[in-house]
Amino acid sequence: MQLRSIVALLDCEVISGHAVLDIEVPSCFAADLMSDVLAFSTPDSLLITGLTSVQSVHTAHVADCSGILFVSGKRPSPEALQLARDNSVPLLATHHSMADSCGILRQHGLPAASKA
Amino acid sequence: MSGPIALEGPGGGRATGEVLYRETFEILGNDFEHGGVVATRIKAILRQLGFPTEAIRRLSIANFEAEMNVIMYAEEGTLELAVLPHGVRVTVDDRGPGIPDIDWAMQEGNSTATPEIRARGFGAGLGLPNIKRNSDEFVIESTVGVGTRLSYTVYVSGNAGA
Repeated sequence: MQLRSIVALLDCEVISGHAVLDIEVPSCFAADLMSDVLAFSTPDSLLITGLTSVQSVHTAHVADCSGILFVSGKRPSPEALQLARDNSVPLLATHHSMADSCGILRQHGLPAASKA
Repeated sequence: MSGPIALEGPGGGRATGEVLYRETFEILGNDFEHGGVVATRIKAILRQLGFPTEAIRRLSIANFEAEMNVIMYAEEGTLELAVLPHGVRVTVDDRGPGIPDIDWAMQEGNSTATPEIRARGFGAGLGLPNIKRNSDEFVIESTVGVGTRLSYTVYVSGNAGA
């Protein structure tokens, strides 16, 4: 599924990464626990989280996530936004909850990514 | 650092045997603001050196976990990157409380993290096992009241973490 389709399905605000909305996202991984992302996510998955600190961006970057979707109307801290721009990590934000976001994406064919 | 990486730079090359490039990074305990900076920097170095994507991912995850462990539990520490002909060896030394029971600490889910650490998305007791899982070689030594040393290696041809 293209990142652009996720933006449309979840009525996302594109916070950064406007130029890469055509990238293919093979799966998603939802967690507020970055330890889980580091342990169980697979490469290129979209990180769905409510954690808005720089650690979410560092986690997405080192784990080769294709981007971050912040849920429940949350927005990244200024430091997190700058870090995302520096490392070319696309950031999206939606008012949908984490559960609803996962459900909508699953319903439209985006599988969950997990090695657990 | 910017620009090309010299493979036989200061401290590296033939003078130290098989190490082609070496760099040491300092990490401060409780410095959550900068947690991840070292792992991100090393990822950029390895990309510049042309390491395969999967090896970089495994090492970056291990480095981030190790970096956060120093920030969360120790007073200070260093992370030494040593680029080898066929992989990367990382040595993390910290000055801190040490680990009384390494076998316990190596089991997933066991953690002494504070609520503050957990609120930051860490401290689930997955860090040390995850470093080991993503490494082809892993050694941990700890002395209570002194500190902990981790040494782990990721080989370009390795398949840890798969």
